[in-house]
Amino acid sequence: MIEGLIFGLLSILTLAGAAAAALLRNLVHCALSLSVTFVGLALMYLSLGAQFVGLSQILVYIGAVAILVVFAILLTRGAGALTPHRLIAAAGWRLGWIASVAVGFVLIVALVRSPLPVSGDHAVKVTVQQIGQALMGPYVLPLEIVAILLTVALIGAVIVAMPEDQKEMR
Amino acid sequence: MTLTPYLIVAALLFAIGLGIALTRRNAILVLIGIELMLNAANLNLIAFWRFGPHPELMTGMLFALFSIAVAAAEASVGLGLVIAWYRHSKTTDLDEMARMKG
Repeated sequence: MIEGLIFGLLSILTLAGAAAAALLRNLVHCALSLSVTFVGLALMYLSLGAQFVGLSQILVYIGAVAILVVFAILLTRGAGALTPHRLIAAAGWRLGWIASVAVGFVLIVALVRSPLPVSGDHAVKVTVQQIGQALMGPYVLPLEIVAILLTVALIGAVIVAMPEDQKEMR
Repeated sequence: MTLTPYLIVAALLFAIGLGIALTRRNAILVLIGIELMLNAANLNLIAFWRFGPHPELMTGMLFALFSIAVAAAEASVGLGLVIAWYRHSKTTDLDEMARMKG
């Protein structure tokens, strides 16, 4: 009962944040409501028993991605509330909303109708030690690939965002 | 609690993210929509891990962790591209990014 109540509140928080990000005009407000969505998802992970993933979600998404989005908005001067109303939505925005509502509808109908092969609710306590051993044992290859990917992404982002005249100097 | 409510929330989140990515004109907001879709997928992974047959194997949870790392890399490169494009043409409006249009 109490679990259902917590789930309801968290899902309302998450979806309201996402809807606000979809509908607000000011870009900074959109970024803030996006971080509300990230907080709601992190709390949902915590309530599902995935403590490490929930805290990584807070660390990575709110600590890094949301801040990065705010930086990008401020650097591209999207922060001013001067955007005229017709400049918010793209050219075919009605079609876009129709497509996304259709996708959501199809997904939910498929979910409700399909019998999911789940064995029920067993709460397993996963410690950080277990996660570390799994990452260093069977998952060591994906971990290394993610490390290489992050390095490449870091260098690539710096080179892409570097001014043109500095690029030619090296 | 059962699995289905979590999956429905994830489906709604995915639909909202898709709506943002398809309807907004600003490139940064399109990236925000893509992040929301990735987060919906992560919620699915965690929910299936929790209610699936073998939660002690931690498969879904570790997949979600790797997915978070990939999403962070994607966000950094995407925002770097947006900033580079802004420096080039002084706009982040996607409807004006039509140089390669045939």
